[in-house]
Amino acid sequence: MKKFIGNSLALTGLIIITTVLLAAILAPIISPYDPNFIDIDSILIAPSYDHIMGTDGLGRDVFSRMLYGAQISLLVGFVAVGISTGIGIILGSIAGFYRGWIDSFIMRIVDVVLSIPSFFLILAVIAFLTPSIWNIMIVIGLTSWMGVTRLVRAEFLSLRGREYVMASEAMGSSDIKIILLHLLPNSMTPIIVSSVLGIASAVLVESGLSFLGLGVQAPTASWGNILTDGKEYIQFAWWLSLFPGLAILLTVLGYNLLGEGLRDILDPKNK
Amino acid sequence: MYYKNINQHSFILFFCLLLISCGQDNSIQSNYQNHYDKEDGGRLINAMTGEPSNLIAMIAGDSASSAIANNIFNSLLKYDESLNYSPEIAKSWNVSNNQKTITFKIRKGLYWADGEKLTSRDVMFTWKLVTDPNTRTPYASDYQLVKKASTPDPYTFRVTYEESYAPALDTWTALHILPEHLLKNEDINSTYFSRKPIGSNYYKLDDWKSGQQVSLTRNPLSINGKANINNLISRIIPDTSSQFLELTADNIDLMNINPIQFQRVFPSRKDLRDKIGLYKELGNGYTYLGFNLKKEPFNDKRVRRALNFAIDKNEIIKGVLLGLGEPLSSPYKPGTRWNNTKLKPYPYDSKKALVLLNEAGYKKNKDGLLEKNGEVLRFEILTNQNKQREMTAVIIQRRLKEIGVDVSIRVIEWASFINQFIKTGDFDVVVLGWSLSLDPDQYNIWHSTQQGPGQFNFLGYENKRVDNLLERGRLELDVIKREKIYHEFSNILLEDSPIVFLYAGYGLSAINNRVRGIKKPSPPAGIYHNSYDWFIPKILRRNEISDI
Amino acid sequence: MITYLIKRILWMLPMLIGISLISFFIMHLAPGDVTSTEASFNPKASEESRQKLREIYNLDKPVIVQYGLWIKRIAQLDFGNSFASHQRPVLWETKDKNGNITKGLIQEALPITLLINLLGITVIFSISIILGTLSAVKQNSWVDKSITLFVFIGFAIPGFWLALLLMYWTGVSNQWLPISGLHSLNYENLSLFGQFTDLMKHLFLPVFVSSLSGLAGISLYVRNGMLEILNQDFITTARSKGLNEKKIVFIHALKNAILPLITIIGLSIPGLIGGSVISESIFAIPGMGKLFYDSVLMRDFPVIMGILTIGSVLTLIGNLIADLGYAWADPRIRKGITK
Repeated sequence: MKKFIGNSLALTGLIIITTVLLAAILAPIISPYDPNFIDIDSILIAPSYDHIMGTDGLGRDVFSRMLYGAQISLLVGFVAVGISTGIGIILGSIAGFYRGWIDSFIMRIVDVVLSIPSFFLILAVIAFLTPSIWNIMIVIGLTSWMGVTRLVRAEFLSLRGREYVMASEAMGSSDIKIILLHLLPNSMTPIIVSSVLGIASAVLVESGLSFLGLGVQAPTASWGNILTDGKEYIQFAWWLSLFPGLAILLTVLGYNLLGEGLRDILDPKNK
Repeated sequence: MYYKNINQHSFILFFCLLLISCGQDNSIQSNYQNHYDKEDGGRLINAMTGEPSNLIAMIAGDSASSAIANNIFNSLLKYDESLNYSPEIAKSWNVSNNQKTITFKIRKGLYWADGEKLTSRDVMFTWKLVTDPNTRTPYASDYQLVKKASTPDPYTFRVTYEESYAPALDTWTALHILPEHLLKNEDINSTYFSRKPIGSNYYKLDDWKSGQQVSLTRNPLSINGKANINNLISRIIPDTSSQFLELTADNIDLMNINPIQFQRVFPSRKDLRDKIGLYKELGNGYTYLGFNLKKEPFNDKRVRRALNFAIDKNEIIKGVLLGLGEPLSSPYKPGTRWNNTKLKPYPYDSKKALVLLNEAGYKKNKDGLLEKNGEVLRFEILTNQNKQREMTAVIIQRRLKEIGVDVSIRVIEWASFINQFIKTGDFDVVVLGWSLSLDPDQYNIWHSTQQGPGQFNFLGYENKRVDNLLERGRLELDVIKREKIYHEFSNILLEDSPIVFLYAGYGLSAINNRVRGIKKPSPPAGIYHNSYDWFIPKILRRNEISDI
Repeated sequence: MITYLIKRILWMLPMLIGISLISFFIMHLAPGDVTSTEASFNPKASEESRQKLREIYNLDKPVIVQYGLWIKRIAQLDFGNSFASHQRPVLWETKDKNGNITKGLIQEALPITLLINLLGITVIFSISIILGTLSAVKQNSWVDKSITLFVFIGFAIPGFWLALLLMYWTGVSNQWLPISGLHSLNYENLSLFGQFTDLMKHLFLPVFVSSLSGLAGISLYVRNGMLEILNQDFITTARSKGLNEKKIVFIHALKNAILPLITIIGLSIPGLIGGSVISESIFAIPGMGKLFYDSVLMRDFPVIMGILTIGSVLTLIGNLIADLGYAWADPRIRKGITK
């Protein structure tokens, strides 16, 4: 704990993330307007007393949309990472534990999926299914499990030779028991770190998808689509670019700082 | 001593330079305000978001290709400023008494850009090409209606239709005539001519840097005489925000802008307004909300009319277009004779909407939603990825919610949209647009026989009276009688309300003030109509290394 | 070692077939085909013509048949012609009977993308090595923290946002750099050196923006690698022997830290042909990213499959190099081989 506080970068990251989380959770309470409330008479008003972050092209309050957008960005991050980490842990454990041809097979699947561009899958999914936020999250999750798999597998391979593992096996413990009780808990560091970093990536991917028109769809607010809506008038309606841009920047930064900070703290080698 | 002199000299030199540069700034400023007479030469740079694929318009389907090809080729006739037919390759035309034959007299002394004579042989060749089943063109149907075509002499081209076909002349304004001597031995579907065309119009292709820009220069043998501006360059810049940056940095002269840039950005920047002029013109299309007439409850006229009353079109025009559009009451361009001015758009009247819905059996339930037989009035608006259509759908959603209709919105990428939903009839309501030709014939869209998969009456409209009017409209060559037919057609359409007319948006352009000769306000045919007559005064031209 | 290599190479062919099969089917999952484009919704366009086009392109046949036709051609290294770009060849130029050359789509897009990516990798690796080493040497100082902060910000900035801001600053407010495109209008009239400078000016922003996000990963990797090595015995030995600190860092430590970078270079190979569609759209650069994205939207199957095929081949080769590099860099494995 003391180490955590001592690592100022990780601390900064944590502060940023907590702020964003609070904003997202408290959105319904602190949001001054309904984020979908259209006001034709207030189109593109600069930040003012009534609208502290200005209004967008349909007169909707940007601050309110930013708060609800925080929910979306975080949700996308958590669910996508949940899916990718889940798949990664399962496949990585199996590959690292059983080794041999199972390992080769799984690694070749990793290769195959890696060579198909993720955005291609995303387009196919969005076109084929309902283009909803859930599908975006699923697709991001389905295209980013490869890294976690590799990490978990590497950890398992190196831990396998440890004495307590061999002792367990000698005692006749079941495979699942060994994996869940011995190997997995000791592999948590890279998993935690990669999850945190994965959330950061997911937020960036969503904003990239919004640029292409494939992100979260209207009228739901996301930081990515507020930013994209404002890109034609960056100079004129600077508030449509500044706030979501900064929000994305700070959130991604926060997660990265936290992730790397955790890596420094939890890594036994760095003692 | 020497040192002091240097200082003095450099000071004087510096001071002079300062004066000159300051002077130049001021004079450039005022130069933009001055009037200039027509001057020859110069270069116009515009921006396109997409790249042309093929400069043979009958094969290419995309707008970028036809935009470039329109500068290179001519048709038999064209529309003039006031949207009347006007000679181009044909100097006159004559419709026979039985109204089935049109005889075009071709101008003498016309040449292709490579020096070959342009005669009726080329027109015949082009017609044969477009109607050839091996030619991969989607636009053959109009020309296939010609039963017989002949060239009695090199300056006459005659076509005979099975039945009198009123849209005929309009179709001949849209067919680029191609050179027989260059294409007769080529496979039109794969010929290199599509990338290196020879035409007859004001410009010829100078250079095409794939993915980057297309450059056109004046065709000295142009059948219409010389254009003023010597060089047209179309830069391919896919992102419109980048285009805008290039415009403000004076790297391009012309681009299409959106309502916010027109109404808000430019007015707030005097420096931009001094250098760049804004132009608007009414386009040839309209945006609508279309009901799937084969699905409940949209087969009930009362429901459709009710929804029509419940949508505030003025609000949409104000919110989505910032006022840069017009409401419609018929599927025709305001200002043209086909537009029935007696018809008024449905006003916004939510009370009337509720009355109609009550009549149709809908009552408000405890949640405030309209319900009939235990089912809530709920549907999904489908549209493609188009910012304005999305915004329109959002505004409609809000208004309908107010009277108790639960509406959701789905935005789908175009190809999926067409294949999964439109073709299969698997949709409730769509927000789409039509971009129409200037001929009033709308047979393909509203006739009951056009409901097949891939055809355009995908809403499923069936009205015997309308069928009859549309059939007669195609045969009637007398303009006054034709007008009556289409006015009545519009009347029925408005009353039936198979679609809700939302708006006809303006085309908005920003053009650098160095370009002179643009007509303001725009004539019925649009501002680009006389683009060959635009000019750039020498003093306002950019510094060009190889100035022509 | 040799057996391992042979096994991996033999695996490649079935994998390529597998990848292409999966890609082909996924491609057909998305509804519609090249005849469903926006242009086809013109009331003047007939359904018969679209149906005819479908027949010519074999789009009306069952997917597995289409796949069979495709694999037969690709086995002869015939990548076919584009559906959407008016039959332009997918890969390499073709000459017609009059000697007119039509360039291939990939032939034109790939060099630009390669150039941008190679410049990007050079920038990323060189700057990352410097930053990572500095960070490691001055661990936990404010230098270390600022560098970490800087690279993270570089990673966190949404690319298109930064691009537009920079384009505005360098191209509109000040006339330092061109805003978009690859060449100036007077490119042809410039000397060879002038052309080179012109190209570099146009590529400066795109390379800068795309490199910025890559700096974080690599510089951290170098930093951590260096830290690990600097704490090892042989370094302590060198220090106790009184060797110059600079020499220790740059010669001994760095040499060992760079070896694992080979792994990363191997993994980067498939990325070399990938362009960022966002970056290319904003900067109006006709590269592989835009080509791929446009083909997906237009359902231009030959182009999509062509790019995916090349990508898969490079991925497999890249992974092999990465794995070999990793094995080589680990001194235990290396010793075992050279013994």
